[in-house]
Amino acid sequence: MNPVNYLYLSALLFTIGASGVLIRRNAIVLFMCVELMLNASNLALVTFSRLHGTLDGQIIAFFTMVVAAAEVVVGLAIIVSIFRTRHSASVDDSNLMKL
Amino acid sequence: MNSLIPLLVAAPLAGAALLLLGGRALDRFGHWLATGLAALSFGFGLVLFSDLLGRDAEHRTVTTRLFSWVPVNGFQADVSFRLDQLSMTFVLLITGVGTLIHLYSVGYMAYDERRRRFFAYLNLFLAAMLLLVVADNYLLLYFGWEGVGLASYLLIGFWQHKPSAATAAKKAFIVNRVGDLGLSIAIMLMFAEFGSFAFGPVFGGASGASEGKLTAIGLMLLLAACGKSAQVPLQSWLGDAMEGPTPVSALIHAATMVTAGVYLIIRSSAIFDLAPDAQTAVVVVGAVTLLFGAVVGCAKDDIKKALAGSTMSQIGYMVMAAGLGPIGYAFAIMHLVTHGFFKAGLFLGAGSVMHGMNDEVDMRRYGGLRKYMPWTYRTFAVGYLAIIGVPPLSGFFSKDKIIEAAFAKGGTEGWILGLCALVGAAVTAFYMTRVMLLTFFGEKRWQPDAQGNAPHPHESPSTMTVPMVLLALGSACAGGIFAYHDAFLKWLEPVTGHSEGNPPFGSWTVSGLTTACMLAGVGVSYLMYGRSPVPVVPPVGSPLTRAARRDLLQDDFNHAVLVRPGSALTATLVFFDSRGLDGFVNGLAATIGGLSSRMRRVQNGFVRSYALSMFGGTLLLVASTLLVRSF
Amino acid sequence: MSVLLSATCVVPAAGAVLTAALPAGSTEARRTTTKYVALGVSAVTLVLAAVVALRFDPHGARYQLTESYSWIRSFGITFSLGVDGIGAVLALLTAVLVPVVMLASWHDADPAPAAPGTGPDPDTFEGRRRTQGFFALILAVEAMVVVSFYALDVFVFYVFFEAMLIPMYFLIGGFGDRAGGPESARQRSYAAVKFLLYNLLGGLVMLAAVIGLYVIAQDQGFGTFDLPGLTSAIADGRLRLSGTAENVLFLGFFFAFAVKAPLWPLHTWLPNAMGEATAGTAVLITAVVDKVGTFAMLRFCLGLFPDASKTFAPAILVLSVIGILYGALLAVGQKDIKRLVAYASISHFGFIIMGVFALTSQGQSGATLYMVNHGLSTAAWMLVAGFLISRRGSRLIADYGGVQKTAPVLAGTFLIGSLATLSLPGLAPFVSEFLVLVGTFTRYPAIGIVATFGIVLAALYALLLYQRTMTGPVKEGVREMPDLRARELAVVAPLVALTILLGVYPKPLTDLVNPSVNATLSQVHETDPAPAHPVAATSGGEQK
Repeated sequence: MNPVNYLYLSALLFTIGASGVLIRRNAIVLFMCVELMLNASNLALVTFSRLHGTLDGQIIAFFTMVVAAAEVVVGLAIIVSIFRTRHSASVDDSNLMKL
Repeated sequence: MNSLIPLLVAAPLAGAALLLLGGRALDRFGHWLATGLAALSFGFGLVLFSDLLGRDAEHRTVTTRLFSWVPVNGFQADVSFRLDQLSMTFVLLITGVGTLIHLYSVGYMAYDERRRRFFAYLNLFLAAMLLLVVADNYLLLYFGWEGVGLASYLLIGFWQHKPSAATAAKKAFIVNRVGDLGLSIAIMLMFAEFGSFAFGPVFGGASGASEGKLTAIGLMLLLAACGKSAQVPLQSWLGDAMEGPTPVSALIHAATMVTAGVYLIIRSSAIFDLAPDAQTAVVVVGAVTLLFGAVVGCAKDDIKKALAGSTMSQIGYMVMAAGLGPIGYAFAIMHLVTHGFFKAGLFLGAGSVMHGMNDEVDMRRYGGLRKYMPWTYRTFAVGYLAIIGVPPLSGFFSKDKIIEAAFAKGGTEGWILGLCALVGAAVTAFYMTRVMLLTFFGEKRWQPDAQGNAPHPHESPSTMTVPMVLLALGSACAGGIFAYHDAFLKWLEPVTGHSEGNPPFGSWTVSGLTTACMLAGVGVSYLMYGRSPVPVVPPVGSPLTRAARRDLLQDDFNHAVLVRPGSALTATLVFFDSRGLDGFVNGLAATIGGLSSRMRRVQNGFVRSYALSMFGGTLLLVASTLLVRSF
Repeated sequence: MSVLLSATCVVPAAGAVLTAALPAGSTEARRTTTKYVALGVSAVTLVLAAVVALRFDPHGARYQLTESYSWIRSFGITFSLGVDGIGAVLALLTAVLVPVVMLASWHDADPAPAAPGTGPDPDTFEGRRRTQGFFALILAVEAMVVVSFYALDVFVFYVFFEAMLIPMYFLIGGFGDRAGGPESARQRSYAAVKFLLYNLLGGLVMLAAVIGLYVIAQDQGFGTFDLPGLTSAIADGRLRLSGTAENVLFLGFFFAFAVKAPLWPLHTWLPNAMGEATAGTAVLITAVVDKVGTFAMLRFCLGLFPDASKTFAPAILVLSVIGILYGALLAVGQKDIKRLVAYASISHFGFIIMGVFALTSQGQSGATLYMVNHGLSTAAWMLVAGFLISRRGSRLIADYGGVQKTAPVLAGTFLIGSLATLSLPGLAPFVSEFLVLVGTFTRYPAIGIVATFGIVLAALYALLLYQRTMTGPVKEGVREMPDLRARELAVVAPLVALTILLGVYPKPLTDLVNPSVNATLSQVHETDPAPAHPVAATSGGEQK
């Protein structure tokens, strides 16, 4: 199969993730959409690695996964603690920093 | 001997400093200390006088230089003194009359809790006035000039708790400042013209300067003289200055300070002699003031203000004489000295009357005081006869000479000036007779004061009467002594120069005319005030009387022309500063602030809108990169 | 290389750090220690500044006691210091005024009494650190001002000229008058921000000009900020600025100095700042910090841009005359004592700037003396006004009356301050004002005459204020007013003594200043106009 198709898939996934971030309010869904975008770029990286015949892309993909995992840990912790205090997971409700 | 000149100034200055800094410890004897120092200064003056007399007439100018005051390249102002016949005359007048008035004040101010301060100010005045007359350059003269202004300010406003006194003091200072403006500009003109403002170089170089420049300097000096000597148009402060304690009115606002303008003009005779236009201006100012003051003096019911009008008028005589040039210089000074005696005496008499009458100043509430205050009456009467020019008292000799000099000016000008002076003499006789009659003759019109205390007129203590008697002696004899073989003229001639004019008629004729005018004035006054009872409440009077009561509307004029537009301008500027200049700046700040708060709305707190702008931004970046690459 | 100058700058700077680091002032005793430490440091600085002035030889080189330390070598910036007569005199003025201001502000920075709901709680950080902060800031200002007077490097001058805004900002905004409530706190922060923004704007323009000067100089092989080097290169034509470049650079420098000075119409920050700050801070603003502006006109504008200075001099003179009359008229119309003093100062700054740009030796010596004398006399006037205000708790003139009855010494010293402000002969300001007027008159008679009207207006505002506050019947609220205390007398006495001394015998100052002024004038290629009919002095007036 032509590896370029994976790039189309990656773009599709990224677009889905991006529109999810823009449209949804639930913090968890938002979070999943961000993950979707990250994974879409991972897919693109691996595809490029394959296309160019080098390992650089795959190595960066590993880095991305590690960073994403770390981010999930911190992010989920924040979401949980916000949910505990405010009983809501909607991102629109947390606007304390706004003047 | 020269080293005595600085001491002349230093003695009263030390007195002022001691009394001001000494604190309450000096309350008990401070006034005697001040009087002693004034007398000491008079003693120095006498020593210096005898020294000058011992020299021949050509070498009677003594100068001494203390230290360099303000040296900046070409601008060299020294603290240096010059004593010549002119300044010597003033020194003796100032210290002599000054000492007597110090003595008088010991009695007059006996019950004032701030007496120590009063004497400190009096000493300060003496020091400044002496500095004024012995200074050897115009800048040092200016120092003394403003110094006497300060002393006058402090003393007019001595009873500061009275708003009227505080206002009068401020008014005197500010009107004087307008005059000082003239002196400042005159000094600048001299410096620009001659590179110096010391008497020697300026008088020496005057002949080399253009007439226009000299006229400008002369006019500026005249402005200064008008301020200090209360000449039209800067005369409005003198009447209000009577708010000060009476010894102050006698010393500063009659005998000495107000004559400083005459000193200035005569000291600068080298300039005026070469600037005929400026001289004409001097004569006009003198003649106008002479009549102005006399008219005001006729209408006032306040004894001190009546005398103040008279002072103005008499100084008008002097200024007019000073403007006549070498014909009149010596006579102006002679009248100045005799006036110093009799006017100081009259003021002290007025003070004595007020002292006995619970500080009442309205002459309509006096009357018949002759019996109750015999010494005051006698000394006042001598002063009265002297000022109206009854021969052979001193006013006769000095005023007569001025009138003669005015006629001697020659031409139409001479006739106009002579007639002005004659009319002035008649009016002087009128208002002085009025003062005399209202105060010492007629029936008692005494009124209880504000607290309801009926006055119990009594003679003043001897510290007050002794100076009055001495001044009365001076008023009686000084003129005769001065005129004897023209002694005064010969004494001053080396400094002021002298020339005889060409009078249209002989001096006996002038004397006769003057005496006739004087008698007419006395007669009219007697008819009006001596024959019929005087109402306590002043009658409405003619429009002229009403205007004269208000100083011929001088204050109204100043108010309309200067004060009101001035305060309108100030108010406008205050508005302009806060709304215009500052408004512009604040407006700029507000605009930027408004813009910022509009831009702040973009930060709406919704994460997704931030994310959208991030995506948009990224898209823009990528698109532009691609676009740039494609070229 | 002597380290006298750097010592004079370092001592107050180190003192500022020390004062700030002292244990927090939660008790009266600790606060007093802080105050004495700060006062001691300022006294040492005074001694050092006096030694500098005494060591300066008027007949010696233009800049003396020079020191130089390399700083940013790649831009040719050295930390170089040196004095001329003008700088020495002004640094000495600063060193005299700072201890006086400290003594006058002795209790201004104490935590507010612990009445309910007023002021900072003594246990909060602000409450505990207030005193240290206040005195450390004053010392910091002193250090920066002294560096500015001694700096011989354009960049070093610029840095300190700007940096002194920061402590001044905190002094104005943080330590206001106790008189007002929350409204006055708002006014105060408005005034502080206005002060900062105005001066920052000026500084920014100057920075551009400094960089521009460097770029042009570097093109011609003078990659340096060294002032004596640049001025001599400009003077003998080795460094050439095109006409436009010189004019633009001159305006850049001048704008900053005119804001600081302040020159009409850039003055509107001053009344706010002086009105809202404590009396001590107001004195620092008008008598110390603003003097850097006028000093810099004399040293930098004239030295670096001689031709442009001559080109713009008439226009600047017109602005300064407007300032003289405008400031005086507005002072007449003020209802607030401190704002009145501020507008009077604007009028006085008009005189100073006029003296500088009259380009005559009388004008410039007069202007330098004016800076000193205005510093002393306005300090006396303002500080006594401050004592008055602290007694009654109001700045409005209308709230006073008859003070001379209840507090005669206070009224007397206030009168001396007023008389000094209106330039009475015998007091120091007269000498300088007359020199400025004469110096201007010899070159521009019309401007000189118009400016002379300022002396009448000065009498008007000074005596009106005295009359309204001190004389007349005793008003309610003045009845129990105590007279000056010992500390307050110690503040006023030296100022009054100096004002009188320098009025009668200003020669020590003129001797220091004249050679430097002559050197400045020769940089501009100007000489005094000769009198029309010069007369050889016959009596007195001889010159050594």
